[in-house]
Amino acid sequence: MATFSTSPVSASGPSLSSTVPTIDIRAIVRHHGPVAAVDHVSFQVRRGEFFSILGPSGAGKTSVLRIVAGFEDPDAGDVLIDGRSMLGVPPNRRPVNLVFQSYALFPHLTVFENVAFGLRMRRVPAALIAEQVEQALAMVKLVGKERRKPAQLSGGEQQRVALARALVNKPAVVLLDEPLAALDQQLRQAMQVELKSIQEQAGLTCVCVTHHQEEAMMMSDRIAVMHQGRMWQVGTPRDVYENPRNLFVSRFLGVSNELPGRVDDVVEDGHLFHPADDQVPAFPVHAGSEASPGGSATWSIRPERLRMSRERPAGRDAVLNGFIEKVLFAGSETKYLVRVGRDRLWEARTTGAGESPHAPGDAVFLHWAPGDGRVFVE
Amino acid sequence: MKQRSLGLNAVSLLAMLFLYGPIIVLVLYSFNAAHLSMTWRGATLKWYAALVHDEALLAATANSLLIALVSTIGATGLGGLLALGMEQMPHRRQQLLEGGLVLPLVIPEVMMGVALMLLFVTVHVPLGLTTVILGHIVFNIPLVTIMIRTRLRKLDPVLREAAADLGADSWQVCRHVTLPLLRPAIWGAVLVAFTVSLDDFLVTFFTAGPGSTTLPLKVYSMIKSGVTPEINALSALLLVVSMIGVAASLYLQRREV
Repeated sequence: MATFSTSPVSASGPSLSSTVPTIDIRAIVRHHGPVAAVDHVSFQVRRGEFFSILGPSGAGKTSVLRIVAGFEDPDAGDVLIDGRSMLGVPPNRRPVNLVFQSYALFPHLTVFENVAFGLRMRRVPAALIAEQVEQALAMVKLVGKERRKPAQLSGGEQQRVALARALVNKPAVVLLDEPLAALDQQLRQAMQVELKSIQEQAGLTCVCVTHHQEEAMMMSDRIAVMHQGRMWQVGTPRDVYENPRNLFVSRFLGVSNELPGRVDDVVEDGHLFHPADDQVPAFPVHAGSEASPGGSATWSIRPERLRMSRERPAGRDAVLNGFIEKVLFAGSETKYLVRVGRDRLWEARTTGAGESPHAPGDAVFLHWAPGDGRVFVE
Repeated sequence: MKQRSLGLNAVSLLAMLFLYGPIIVLVLYSFNAAHLSMTWRGATLKWYAALVHDEALLAATANSLLIALVSTIGATGLGGLLALGMEQMPHRRQQLLEGGLVLPLVIPEVMMGVALMLLFVTVHVPLGLTTVILGHIVFNIPLVTIMIRTRLRKLDPVLREAAADLGADSWQVCRHVTLPLLRPAIWGAVLVAFTVSLDDFLVTFFTAGPGSTTLPLKVYSMIKSGVTPEINALSALLLVVSMIGVAASLYLQRREV
């Protein structure tokens, strides 16, 4: 494993394939006033891929989506769809369809008319429209509701209409803007599975914008993490989660238990990490060639990588002792907030059935192997 | 609590009576059999019947309806386009135009009438039906624009984006999304413009010429020779038409899509 710099990704390069990428975004820049909402963002999306742009609100991800859809023009850079530059092409002539966060269903039209809208604009013959709309509605399981108005539908049904309205046009790319944000938790989880299976079944190429990291990880083939207008990392969900490029990515994708300190002396298979806190002894870490001895750094470990025991563990693991402060039972797993320093509260987890083996107030030892954590050089 | 609401009811009743008293009296006396008298001599419909045979009155009615119709179409077209166009402007210019729109509504109508007359005389347009229609279009444009703008602002701009995203060019967006959603406001504006035009006296007075006498002008000239039950009957009919217009307009504006 390597030490990761804090510089954002430059032109990302997914594996070279002989075909032209469906979407090829080349160093786009977009200013909103003096602020660069999108700052030299580049990425490519392959045919049939589910690509998510993940980031907190204000990261610039919706701007990227609007630039691809044609509602905003980039100040610099280029947008290519199927190898053709889209600069200057208005939204109505782009081979993309956007599923809006608010769904934006036409309130004066029925479900059928909403879904048929795109085909009608392209003057597809009526018989063909009826057939294709029915197919799209069947795909999102809305057959029988053709004559309803959007106001007569539940949130989940409205979401399906919005989806059907986009995919009936067979666009090169379906753009999804926080597609499930307006749904309640249970419906949201069901729709995640359904949306993913529709995407696979229809072979759709999707670019999805979301701030929900779990959703992005479950549905996407690849994720781009965006923050302050820049794309910090692009990779598969597992790659981005396990090998975050910097502290921001690490924190945004999950819980990150951290220790500030510095990387020092080279030991047999890596470096020694000296926590700034004298109470914590130095421990070996796997740091890459970028780690210059003496430089300040932050070490981070995911909760599920931490092992927890009542007895001091034998062996070569690094050990930190602490007290359980809170036990959070979450059904399939139990989370423990462990006090490991005056102002340091770490999270550890146990999974599986049965009684919680630890209770608040218990003294525990947290331990880990050199490869479990990551070092971020500042 | 109970007493206070009783008092409140009494005051409301008095206010309503004050508002509608004259109208009630007018409508009642339009059925009075007595001629030139404020004493009640039994009910009759003869004044209404007399209206139908008054040629001058019928001509004035025809004028009024023609003027209202043409000026409503003109004002709705121009005012509607203005409302749609204003949406595309930068915010500052919208505010400026909005101020300009309200001005004709707040300046005294007499001034508006005089100004229009002076304008027509200056550019040598003979006063007649055309000038009355132009005058009515002028004062109806602000009404129409403000009513349609109110609705337009409530429309989610995302709907127009969604239509464009689905392949609609700007004309198709307008035809298939914006206009259908504006329809209640447009009909409301049509009814208000029609009613206001039908009722207008001042602007009409200054811009009318020979052969373009409207119903309000006719009533005014008739009243010089005394209030007749015929005028009461005519006014009662006008009142009904106006009330239907306003009620329909309110209904259309309240109704959701």
